[in-house]
Amino acid sequence: MGRITLDKVTKSFGEAEVIPPLDLTIEDGEFAVFVGPSGCGKSTLLRLIAGLEDVSSGQIRIDGQDATETPPAKRGLAMVFQSYALYPHMSVRKNIAFPLRMAKLDQAEIDRRVTGAADVLNLTDYLDRRPGQLSGGQRQRVAIGRAIVREPAAFLFDEPLSNLDAALRVGMRLEISELHKRLQTTMIYVTHDQVEAMTMADKIVVLRAGHIEQVGSPLELYRTPRNLFVAGFIGSPRMNFIEGETAARHDAHTIGVRPEHIAVSQTEGEWSGVVGVSEHLGSDTFFHIHDTGLAETITVRADGEVGFRHGDRIRLSPRTDAIHRFDKQGLRIG
Amino acid sequence: MARAVTPRRKALTTLAAWAVGLLIFFPILWTILTSFKTEAQAISDPPVFLFFDWTLENYSVVQERSDYLRFLWNSVILAGGSTILGIIVAVPAAWAMAFVPSHRTKDILLWMLSTKMLPAVGVLYPMYLIFIQMGLLDTRIGLTLVLMLVNLPIIVWMLYTYFREIPGEILDAARMDGATLRDEIVHVLTPMAIPGIASTILLNVILAWNEAFWTLNLTAAKAAPLTAFIASYSSPEGLFYAKLSAASTMAIAPILILGWFSQKQLVRGLTFGAVK
Amino acid sequence: MATQHSRSAARLMMAPAVVLLLAWMLVPLTMTLWFSFKQYLPLRGGDLGWVGFENYVRFVTSSAFWPSVQATLIIVGGVLAITVVFGVLLAMLLDQPFWGQGIVRILVIAPFFVMPTVSALVWKNMFMDPVNGLFAHLWRAFGADPVSWLSEASLFSIVLIVSWQWLPFATLILLTAIQSLDSEQLEAAEMDGAPSLSRFWHIILPHLSRAITVVILIQTIFLLSIFAEIFVTTQGSFGTRTLTYLIFQRVLESQNVGLGSAGGVYAIILANIVAIFLMRIVGKNLDA
Repeated sequence: MGRITLDKVTKSFGEAEVIPPLDLTIEDGEFAVFVGPSGCGKSTLLRLIAGLEDVSSGQIRIDGQDATETPPAKRGLAMVFQSYALYPHMSVRKNIAFPLRMAKLDQAEIDRRVTGAADVLNLTDYLDRRPGQLSGGQRQRVAIGRAIVREPAAFLFDEPLSNLDAALRVGMRLEISELHKRLQTTMIYVTHDQVEAMTMADKIVVLRAGHIEQVGSPLELYRTPRNLFVAGFIGSPRMNFIEGETAARHDAHTIGVRPEHIAVSQTEGEWSGVVGVSEHLGSDTFFHIHDTGLAETITVRADGEVGFRHGDRIRLSPRTDAIHRFDKQGLRIG
Repeated sequence: MARAVTPRRKALTTLAAWAVGLLIFFPILWTILTSFKTEAQAISDPPVFLFFDWTLENYSVVQERSDYLRFLWNSVILAGGSTILGIIVAVPAAWAMAFVPSHRTKDILLWMLSTKMLPAVGVLYPMYLIFIQMGLLDTRIGLTLVLMLVNLPIIVWMLYTYFREIPGEILDAARMDGATLRDEIVHVLTPMAIPGIASTILLNVILAWNEAFWTLNLTAAKAAPLTAFIASYSSPEGLFYAKLSAASTMAIAPILILGWFSQKQLVRGLTFGAVK
Repeated sequence: MATQHSRSAARLMMAPAVVLLLAWMLVPLTMTLWFSFKQYLPLRGGDLGWVGFENYVRFVTSSAFWPSVQATLIIVGGVLAITVVFGVLLAMLLDQPFWGQGIVRILVIAPFFVMPTVSALVWKNMFMDPVNGLFAHLWRAFGADPVSWLSEASLFSIVLIVSWQWLPFATLILLTAIQSLDSEQLEAAEMDGAPSLSRFWHIILPHLSRAITVVILIQTIFLLSIFAEIFVTTQGSFGTRTLTYLIFQRVLESQNVGLGSAGGVYAIILANIVAIFLMRIVGKNLDA
């Protein structure tokens, strides 16, 4: 069980209000991702839920119970930290057993659970090593193991993959997703990486300056971003924004077109421009197009290898059904 | 990364460095050597360096005549006791300042330091009076307390700098894992900070061992440590160089050995983190 | 970054240290201030009533005051000059690669661990004694008349002893600072064609300036209150009566507590002036 409700929660550090009044519900079993640029308050929000910080006002309920004043250990939540926060002086076994020891479980039960977790996480061979002797990925798994054994109501992840290298990150991403599928426990995951958010989440919460900009499934956010910020934040490469006359023709202050929704051609197309830098990824090619008269650069994604060169003048055609329209305040129209 | 140097240059540097090192160390070396000489050899002109009749007699004479072991014991009690007391008081304080900092933390730390800078002589008479009133004059307990207070700012400060190197997330993790404040300090913080705590203990034992204002002014006979024992050699025994040397060697030997282990901590402890 | 609960726990855990130090500072300080406004002679009538600022005036107008200030300045200044200059040179030497670095470091650091009474006594008797001291032997070997160091060159002798004790400290701190100098910076300067002397002036010395300041400030605080070295060697005679020693004599030897206390207040003020500068540097470092 793990339904977490935030009711008009605020947080201020002295004069500075980091989280303005905020309402949010995370359903039992949901994988929720808090995403936003650094300093948006996503980690603070997680620490408020964990109980590592006091809320300045408002209420936090876990499974309907008011947990606002409950100390971290009593909330039934487990947390995985960015730095893994393993106890360097304890073996892997002792690290994983620590929360159980603190809960005064009997030794047989502790052994049973530690062995079980080690089994699930492929740590059995490393149980007697110290964290210092493990690789980044293994340390991450120990941190997760320490969280699992507590059988918490919900897992909290604070940017857990940001210290891993790119290849390992993809692997761990899958492992955490699989873990979620298997355990069906609520998970709240904080990241600044929209790819992690898109690939893992059931529900994404986009935050900026402590405000919730939008809550929704990954595809909802991709298809119908509520405003310019979300539109620009979700999706890679970033959505192209065009203002002025072209936007006015669509009855909007700003229109947005994703790079993958623009077709390139030698001869045909609504817009034209000169090819600047091209990034060849093999599977895709990103063109940065200048001199379009629309915006400084228009980014276009083409499938596979397309043979345009630097300086070529080409034509672009946006998919008309994939044009996002925004008003003067940056809010979505329609 | 060390830069490559020519062997010639390295040889020259070696020569210079050793010459300077031996020059600086010479007074200590000379004292140690003299302690094994007879009194006659100790003052012979020209001085003898290594080729003399080595004897241990001075050491036994010093012990017999002035009860060296009693002073040594006092030094051990004072230095050890004041350090342990200091650590007990300082660990919680340093924990609080390192992991629950507030806007006042910096002011408190600096204020603590400022007490270290108070010239002892400025409060000599009041301390003297307090000691007499409370019957603490020439007692180990009184002096232990004073030495603890004298070094407490340094202990707090050193522990603080060590604790600050422990990532706060680990303590957060312990809190999430259900550790109480006591568990957190006993099972997580202290084991992780053991190297830092050991260095702090080491440096403070040295400082307390060598403290020579309060130990000279607040003791007479019963509680006098080695600083006072040596000061009593000022005259006329000071003229017996071999015995003076033996007494001196015995007074500094324990701390020289400890000191050699604590060079790095010395910098951290005495500059209050201002030089890294 | 903490909860209300941990903040109140923190206050509780800081309390013993704060209370102890507060008492340690305030109680004697208040008493010193109190005595400084009194005519107080424990052996000659005890408390003879309030005298206002008379002690403060008498302390600075006594014939012993200015010589003691002078002696203090010479000792502090002399030791600082010697330890900083030789400390920088020595640190640069020890920073070079050579054989036996560890051992030489130990040799150099050793004097710092010698208790002040021992070093004073060893220097006084075994080196500076005009008859049997090693210096006297050396002088005679070259046909010169031995110098009676502690009476004829008393201040110089004290400066020498104290410098020997503090040189390791300065060296060690400066060495630590030099080692933190980014070697790429020096290599870049070398590539830019800077000769070694200008590398010293323009890169090493500026890099060391903070460490030098720290050495000067910390040593000043300790040097202002050196006691055992004088107590064991000259007992304040031959012009070696520093401010600290003068106060000590007023309080314990002549038992004029009022006068000594007024002197103590002066010493406290003096130390605080130095301390303020040190705290600034330390405080800045805390924010970083």
